[in-house]
Formats: sequence, C-alpha cells, structure tokens
Amino acid sequence: MNNKNKTASSKLLNFLGNNAVPIMFIIIIALCIPISGFSSLFLLNEIVTRLSRNAFLILSLLIPIMAGMGLNFGMTLGAMAAEIALILTSDWQIWGIPGIVLAMIMSIPISIVLGLLCGKILNAAKGREMITSYIISFFMNGVYQLVVLYMMGSIIPIVHTTIKLPRGYGVRASVDLTRIRKALDNVLSVNVGGVIIPVLTLLIIALMCLIIVWFRRTKLGQDMRAVGLDMEVARAAGIDVERTRIISIVISTVLAGIGMVIYLQNMGDMATYSSHSQIGMFCIAALLVGGASVDKASIGNVFLGVILFHTMFILAPKAGAVIAGNEVIGEYFRVFVSYGVITIALVMYETKKRRAKAGMGAQLAAAQQEGER
Amino acid sequence: MSEVKEMKRTFIDEVREKLKSFGLPRLIITAFLLLMFIIAPFTGANFWVQITNVINRFSWNAVLVLAMVPMVHSGCGLNFGLPVGIIAGLLGATLSIEWGFTGPLSFVMAIVIATPFALLFGLAYGWLLNKIKGGEMMIATYVGFSVVSFFCMMWLVLPYKKPDMAWGFEGTGLRTTFPIDKYYGGVLSNFLRIQIGRLVIPTGALLFFALLALMIWAFLHTKTGTAMTAVGSNATFARAAGINVDRIRMLSVVMSTWLAAVGILVYEQGFGFVQLYNAPFNMALPAVSAILIGGATANKASITNVIIGTILFQGMVTMTPTVMNGLINLDISEVLRVIVSNGMILYALTRKTEATR
Repeated sequence: MNNKNKTASSKLLNFLGNNAVPIMFIIIIALCIPISGFSSLFLLNEIVTRLSRNAFLILSLLIPIMAGMGLNFGMTLGAMAAEIALILTSDWQIWGIPGIVLAMIMSIPISIVLGLLCGKILNAAKGREMITSYIISFFMNGVYQLVVLYMMGSIIPIVHTTIKLPRGYGVRASVDLTRIRKALDNVLSVNVGGVIIPVLTLLIIALMCLIIVWFRRTKLGQDMRAVGLDMEVARAAGIDVERTRIISIVISTVLAGIGMVIYLQNMGDMATYSSHSQIGMFCIAALLVGGASVDKASIGNVFLGVILFHTMFILAPKAGAVIAGNEVIGEYFRVFVSYGVITIALVMYETKKRRAKAGMGAQLAAAQQEGER
Repeated sequence: MSEVKEMKRTFIDEVREKLKSFGLPRLIITAFLLLMFIIAPFTGANFWVQITNVINRFSWNAVLVLAMVPMVHSGCGLNFGLPVGIIAGLLGATLSIEWGFTGPLSFVMAIVIATPFALLFGLAYGWLLNKIKGGEMMIATYVGFSVVSFFCMMWLVLPYKKPDMAWGFEGTGLRTTFPIDKYYGGVLSNFLRIQIGRLVIPTGALLFFALLALMIWAFLHTKTGTAMTAVGSNATFARAAGINVDRIRMLSVVMSTWLAAVGILVYEQGFGFVQLYNAPFNMALPAVSAILIGGATANKASITNVIIGTILFQGMVTMTPTVMNGLINLDISEVLRVIVSNGMILYALTRKTEATR
C-alpha cells in the first residue's frame, strides 16, 4: 500500500516536472483572467483568431526538431521569402485568394534556396545548430534589407508608388495588405454564438497536421528520426545524414513561408522591415510553452502552446495596467516571459543531455569493470 | 642558384602560411578598410576627422570587447550574455546619479556601485553556465535577453526620483535615453585630451583601456590565469592536473561580467548618454563580431585580437557611411554592418577546427 502510494506520488512529481512550463502558464492565466476583466466571448474570439494566424507557422518547427537539429531559429528565412513574395504580388495588384495562393507559390522557390543555404551552413556547425541558425537569421536579415531596401525598384521592377519609397527605389516601411486581409479566413467562416471561426484556415492547418503525421511514417521521416537519435548510427545504417538534415531544414523553411502568408493575410498589414524579426522568437516560445522541448515536440504541443501563450499575450498588458497602473509593464512582462521560457527550456535540455552522458559513462565504466572481472 | 630558389619558395610558403592564419574574412575587411581610407579624401571627407572618429569609437567600445576575453579563455565560448554585465553597469550608473554624485566622482562611484551587482550576477550566471557545459552560447544569449527584458520592467518600477533621469509627469520610471553632461559625460575622453589640428585623441579613455588590458594580460600570466587557459584548451586535462575547472570557469564569468559593466560605463562617458530598456539587446553581437574580426576564435582570444578587432570593426562602421554617402549618395553602411558582423560570427561558428572542444 505504502509502496503503491510512493510510486503514485513519484509519478505525479514526474508529471509535474515534465510539464512544469504549461502548468505554470495555466496558473498565470487563471490568475490574470479575472484581473483583466475581459469577457469570455472576447477572449474566445481572440484565441480562435490567433490560433488560425499562428498555428501553421509553429508547425514548421516540428520537422527540424525531429531531425535532431533543435529549434529552427532560421524559420525567419521562410518568413522573409513570404514577405518578398507578398511585396511582388501587391505590386502586381493581384488580390484576394488568387493573390494569397500566388504569394504562397512564389515564396516556395525562395524558401527552398534559403533553406538549402541554411542547411549547408548548419551541416558545417553540427552540435551548435541553434546558435548558428540564430545568427543566420540575423545575417539573412541584412541580405533581406539589401534586397528590399536597395534592389527593389532599381533592379527588381516595382511600379506602384504606394509600395515604392519616394526616392525611387526601396520599399516603404509598411505594405498595405488590406485587400487580401482575411481573404482566406472569410471563406467558409462560421459564426458560432458570437465566435467567428475561420473554417478554411483551420482546415488547411488540420491538413498540414495530417501531412506531418503521414510524413513521420514515410522512409524519409524515419530516416530523420534516426538521424535525430544518433547521427553516427544513422550513417552506419546507410542514411545520407547531411542530405537528410538539409531536407528537414528546407521543408521547415518552405512551411514557414506558407505560414507567414497565412499570418500576414490575417493581419492585413505588413511591417516590411520588422514583421519577420520577432516571429521566430514568438513561435519558438509558444511551442515551448505547449510543453515541447528542444529534442521532442508533438502536434499537441503546438496547439496547447498557441492557446496558452497567446492567451497570456492578450491578458498581460491589461493585467499590467490593473496591477501596476501601467500597460507598458504588461508588454515588457510578456517579452520577458517569452525569453524566460526559451531560456528555461534550453537549460533543461542541456542538463538532461549532460545527465544522459554521465549515465552512459557510468554504465560504460560498470561494463568495463565487469569485463575486467 | 637552387638554394636561392628554395629559399624563395620557403619565403612564399611562409607568407602563404601567415595569410592563412590571418584568415580570409579578416584580410577582406582589412583591405576594405584600407580602400575606404584611400577613397575617403576624394569624397571630400577630412582624413584627420575620419581618424579621430575611428579612435573615438575605439575608445568607447574597446572595454566591451575586452569583456569577451576571460570567458573565451576558460572555454565558455563567446560571451553572448554580455547584457548581463551591461545591466550591472547600468544599475551602477543610475544609482550613482540617483544618490547625487556628479562630475568625475560619479564615474568612480558608478564603477564602485556596479561592482557588487556584477559579482552577484556573474556568480549566478557562472553557476548556470557550469550546469550546461557545451551549450553555453545559446543559453548565454537567452539569459542575456531574459535579464534585459526583466530590467525593462524594473526601470519602470524601481523608485528612481532624480528628475534628470525619471519621467517628470508620471513620477515613476526612468527615461529611455538621458544625457549625462552633468555627470560623467566625457570624463575619460577629455582627460589629457590631445588636439593637433583636426586630430583629437581621447587620451584618458585610451589610457583607461590600456590599464584594464594590462591587468587582464598580467592576470593571464599568473598561476590562476595559466590555469584558465588550460581549462579552455582542454578541460579534461586540466581536471587531471588538479585544477578546479568549475571554479576557474566561474571566475572567468565573473571577470567578463565585471568588465562588461565597466565597459558600458566607458561607452556612456564617450557617447554622452545613458540608454536603458531595449538598448542592451543589441550590444552583444557587435562586441562578439569585433573580437572575431580581430582574429579570435571560439576558444582563443588575446588582447591583440581585441585591439585589432575593435579598430577594424569600428573603422568599418564609421568609415563606410561617409565614404558611401560621398561616393554614390547611397547609405548602405547599416546593411553592410549587419551582413559583415553576422557573417563573421557565422564564419567562426562553422570552422571545423573549433568543432572539437
């Protein structure tokens, strides 16, 4: 009886330990909802909107995690590809669903090129993929600025003065996407008791989930998992490790591009030089809040993460205003929480890795002793 | 005859070897900077003003770059967590002003007040980095960000009252940027300042950097300093030799953090303003890429790397805008800076020789 109790309590402790971040978030949110004074209808509407806006982007992070490459900070590259595509389609005045579909299609080749580059660089930096992909995103941001600020309008033709800067080249700081705003969301949208549900967007997201589930079972998906578990073993089994890793990054970048188009059509406005810069950080934080770790993430983590993280995002400024009398504090608080969550997840991952290594060393030593005997 | 040929060949080999160790990106940047200096007079920019700018910016930034050295030496990698120390420095700066110190004394007091914070933060930061050996750089980045964003809230909440720094109408919270002319603005730069025509040398700031650099150089040659280098080059070997690896690493992190705290104060005295809130976010990457441009790698860095790197990096930052503007009336310097500095970090991260740590 006593023994049983013990295992039950240790199980509970294990569960709490493994899900510390989501549980902490649920507590924060539970405390903040009454303080903020938002109506449940408003909250529900906001959550559904943000779920449809962000889920696809976050799904793009899953595949590199599967291949053991950690959190892909380079997903920003896909976002940049999508922005370039949207600038061009806006200039060609192709709006509505055709505009969105065209932007998605055009983002794909750019994403593939950027993904190949990113994958190649990451292969040269095995074991420190995350910091490298993080720096790549900064580096490519420079290249993106070079293209958009100096080459568009001078080398790449841009016609409309609503997009071009008055000096004759370069793109304005903000591109108006009002005419494709919610074009995707409004198709098949349903109003359920005051909550507007963008059915088509959610269907696309669901389809993507199914594709990811299917992909995991294919030969390539299995290869990726093998590479993620142990590169040397995978190589010994005849898997082309480098190629598999590059493919995983390319897929991630392409998905991020498509996800960014979905994100921006919902926003209806694009900050040319900053829309992409924070997107990686927020997506990664959301995924981690959903209970994912650097080496393990599921589709469930994506949805739980979007809901928890974005509920906090909606609540924080209002709660800050009520508690500290200053809305800005709430905004800083949510940035702090995003960074804090990523830090905690990274620390937990590294300590776990070290412990596993130490455990393996002990096992090896024990085996050796056995052998000597 | 053949002997001469052989000698020639070895000489050429030697040059080639030297160039190889100098590194291609560094060569390109040096060449680029030299080109800028040659072109500059043709664009109407005064040569001596340009030199003054480069020296000035060197004197602001050199200590922040120096803050990389101890951590690189002990094998903690590039200090992407520089903002941790910067925050300690900002606490020193704001508290020194809040408590009514003015003039040069406020600078001294800022360092004095920043020191316990730097020690405290450094100990916590070092403890964390000892727990996660091997993943330092990524975690350091995010620890830095977390601390900066936490202090974004603190700057608003802490009960600062001095009207020079606080928002007047709301009563609480510090301003994003405020001038420090009344306090320690230019306190080092104007000390023993030399002016020859249009060339101005901020002697005091350079001397201050030289003093700190000398201290670090001397430290690295003490017994503990040698132990630090040993830990950085081979931790297992160092442990076998009886060195307490964790303690040495901790010491290096504390030193780096303190240097970063002093570094930001030196930066502010040159710049003339204190920048709070989001400003420290963008301070780590320029310092990291400066030391890499100077020839450091992820586990090797010397004072020479700091000096060369800071001159090259700051030279690039100050020269490109003037030259580009004068030449083609097109200011792509900011974009260029982003590409070059991050490209340099990428180059360092992907070199095979450093993968074995």
